[in-house]
Amino acid sequence: MKFAVIVFPGSNCDRDMYHAAKDALGAEAELVWYQDAALEGYDAILIPGGFSYGDYLRCGAIASTSDIVTSLRREAKKGTPILGVCNGFQILLESGLLPGALIRNQNLKFICHFEELVVNNNETLFTTDYEKNEVISVPVAHGEGNYYCDDQTLAELVEHKQIVFTYKNNPNGSVRDIAGIVNKQGNVLGMMPHPERAAERLLGSDDGLKMFTSMLKNWRDQYATNA
Amino acid sequence: MQQTREVSPEIIETGYHYREMGLTDEEYQSIKQILGRRPNFTETGIFSVMWSEHCSYKTSKPLLKKFPTEGPQVIQGPGEGAGIVDIGDDQGIAFKIESHNHPSAVEPYQGAATGVGGIIRDIFSMGARPIASLNSLRFGSLNNPRVKYLFDEVVHGISGYGNCVGVPTVGGEVQFDDSYEGNPLVNAMAVGLIDKKDIQQGIAKGLGNTVLYVGSKTGRDGIHGATFASEDLTEDSESKRSNVQVGDPFMEKLLIEACLEAIHCDALVGMQDMGAAGLTSSASEMASKAGMGMEMNLDLIPQREQNMSAYEMMLSESQERMLLVVEKGREQEIVDIFKKYSLEAVNVGHVTEDKQFRLLHKGEVVCDIPVDSLAEDAPVYYKPSKVPTYYEEFQQMAPYAPVVDDYTGMLKQLLQQPTIASKEYVYDQYDSMVQANTVVSPGSDAAVVRIRDYDKAIAMTTDCNSRYLYLDPFVGGKIAVSEAARNIYATGAKPLAITDGLNFGNPDKPENFWQMEQAVDGMSAACLALDTPVISGNVSLYNETNNQAIFPTPIVGMVGLIRSTKYITTQHMKQADDVILVIGETKPEFGGSELQNVLEGKYFAQSPEVDLEVERKRGDALLEAIEQGLIQSAHDISEGGFSVALSETLFNQATLGATVDLEGDATSLLFSETQSRYVISVKGENVDRVTALIPEAEVVGTVTDDKKLVINVSGETVIEESVQLLEDLWKGAIPCLLKSKA
Repeated sequence: MKFAVIVFPGSNCDRDMYHAAKDALGAEAELVWYQDAALEGYDAILIPGGFSYGDYLRCGAIASTSDIVTSLRREAKKGTPILGVCNGFQILLESGLLPGALIRNQNLKFICHFEELVVNNNETLFTTDYEKNEVISVPVAHGEGNYYCDDQTLAELVEHKQIVFTYKNNPNGSVRDIAGIVNKQGNVLGMMPHPERAAERLLGSDDGLKMFTSMLKNWRDQYATNA
Repeated sequence: MQQTREVSPEIIETGYHYREMGLTDEEYQSIKQILGRRPNFTETGIFSVMWSEHCSYKTSKPLLKKFPTEGPQVIQGPGEGAGIVDIGDDQGIAFKIESHNHPSAVEPYQGAATGVGGIIRDIFSMGARPIASLNSLRFGSLNNPRVKYLFDEVVHGISGYGNCVGVPTVGGEVQFDDSYEGNPLVNAMAVGLIDKKDIQQGIAKGLGNTVLYVGSKTGRDGIHGATFASEDLTEDSESKRSNVQVGDPFMEKLLIEACLEAIHCDALVGMQDMGAAGLTSSASEMASKAGMGMEMNLDLIPQREQNMSAYEMMLSESQERMLLVVEKGREQEIVDIFKKYSLEAVNVGHVTEDKQFRLLHKGEVVCDIPVDSLAEDAPVYYKPSKVPTYYEEFQQMAPYAPVVDDYTGMLKQLLQQPTIASKEYVYDQYDSMVQANTVVSPGSDAAVVRIRDYDKAIAMTTDCNSRYLYLDPFVGGKIAVSEAARNIYATGAKPLAITDGLNFGNPDKPENFWQMEQAVDGMSAACLALDTPVISGNVSLYNETNNQAIFPTPIVGMVGLIRSTKYITTQHMKQADDVILVIGETKPEFGGSELQNVLEGKYFAQSPEVDLEVERKRGDALLEAIEQGLIQSAHDISEGGFSVALSETLFNQATLGATVDLEGDATSLLFSETQSRYVISVKGENVDRVTALIPEAEVVGTVTDDKKLVINVSGETVIEESVQLLEDLWKGAIPCLLKSKA
């Protein structure tokens, strides 16, 4: 399985994502510079955290206008698994690939620590290795991770089981404790917590690794089915 | 912003305008002699920044020479952007600490942010990838509204900049004492990882080679920043807000990636960041180090504002700029690398052989001075020193003997002192985990970052208890290094080397200079004893407000090597029934202690003693025990004494408590700050092996699972309290102080 990790100017979790896929999971992974707009030939696409373009407009807003996002939209439509973490989540929202918005944390400060998450939906491409309602420990590191959407969108998210992760102790004021959501099609997942930082016991938790193993397993299953 | 009004060379001399730039009459005369003529306005400005304390160390040089700087572990000692120590496998760790005190006093957000940016540039200009940063902060009392503002904005600035550049902020310390009220200290340390073969130097070799300017455009911000940093803060300092630079962490991030790509291109000859004194210092130092000269055409310098004069360009401290020297004819290779990151690399000059620093602007030569005179001929002053009367009085006093009635109450009070209280409010705002290598994040003794692809890690800490230095700068200097080493040892690391961030008052006052001398002597002795040479550092003098100097604060940034990740040890107790031991006997030492602060509101009498030989022996023995897999947890005993240290080992745990039985004087046993002590925990079956390795380790109690802290002294229970309650007090203290309207 081959992962692409998109690197925007200002991305800073790109290598972490790369190592999680390559070293912790043992898959193939490549860093793809945002100007190399081709995303074909990858089995999954990872959009890392950081401060793309310094986040000098809204977080993720400038990155969402770059050419590679056109290519990303095409891959999303095709059903390629796409995981956006932190700034990657913000870019997915700004691109319209996921609904809602992220606003400043309720305490108006950047926060960085481990949080407990509940796996609400373990039937996505990204979460099949978790138990339903499993509680996992994954770090957050963000200033604008307060998820917001209107009531109608929220109702749809609930109806289609799109809320994948929720916080046990909501650290940022997110609507309905939302930490991560998936699109209706089920192949684009955005989340604020960093599974790539929780891929090794040495670093405090390997609870995030199951996201990568889930992706690998589902890719294999699909490959077996198609073959 | 206003344009600088320039006056003629003649008026500069007759109107004493050089004094406004910080030059003395003698210095001006020697510049005249060097040039054989009067310097023009630009040249006067250039000399004034290069000869400022901040750039030339003219006052501190005689003292800095005393530091031990050599050892087999040293790859690069002082003199370059950062020092480098060997960690095996052909890898090195580059690190350095730098102060940004004065900018932070007037514009705390940008002052702190650009402090972080500047020190990170020092690291990657060596060719090292920045892998961690730490911050050592000092403020006045948090009851003061201005101090609350400074504290919040400094932390916010570090967070805003550090998080964006993607370098984890893994540690540091924050302490509070009235002496810092008008003059906070903001010292930032950065640590980088480098393959030995990639080490760069800031050197302008090769006649005719091209000088490239990279990064942000030059603006009028930060003009004369180095001079500003070299004088006392006064009530007018507020008007120097425009002397403070503005940071752009996004630009810095692009520069990091581009420069680290450029080092793999052999067209690159040398690289240096434009820090204090900006273009002037980077260009002249690179030429001087190579024994060459340099000529630059200032018309080519990318400028952010219109009609900038040569003086303004040369003295600007606009951030996120680098100067590169590349092989003539191969400029395009480097230009292309920067272009990938949407950065311009502009050809602004070339290396000459006449050892002159020559600048052209609008067709005229605006500066033509011998380059060595800037970097090497700066004056050196041997300041008079005098023993302060307060010190003599303190030495003659009877040792301070506090009286405590309510031990549990005192422990609670100590845990809420802002210097001791949890700094979670601070470090939660820092991204401490980016790069996914942080094993021990803020909140334990030293931070630990593993080295990817190898079974090893490095431990890092900053330390300095300035109260001891105030009482006795020589002993306090020894303690600062020793405490840092203790923190390093406690994580399972071998101390390797230090960077020193020397923060003192006005050196023109003989009492202040005496403090500097004594502190440096004390630190040097400890560095020798602990085999931790000084490989880099920074000097910040004139830390005074309204004529009152800060406590002498030579901050020690230390790095150690953990030889296998399985040796990584934290301060936290691990499981019930483990045995608790204390290493080192406790003496009644309360001068400069947190207890003295609580009871008296001031510091007096003698600081605790420290025996460097004992310090080294205990540290080595503890490390040996850790490497034999015998130690569950280790924590050094510092501010607040044993009761505070023991409490800290129980915090952030679900259920653990401790019961301890001691014999002797309760006040000393609980609160004395005797040095060279640790509290450790060990599995029952390993106690004998540990006491054999560390003869001074004494069993004092056991870890329990009832989340209660019980301390008995001579058969009587002196402390009995819920750990949760203690932890809540400890964690709530700083947020509570910030919210209170005092």
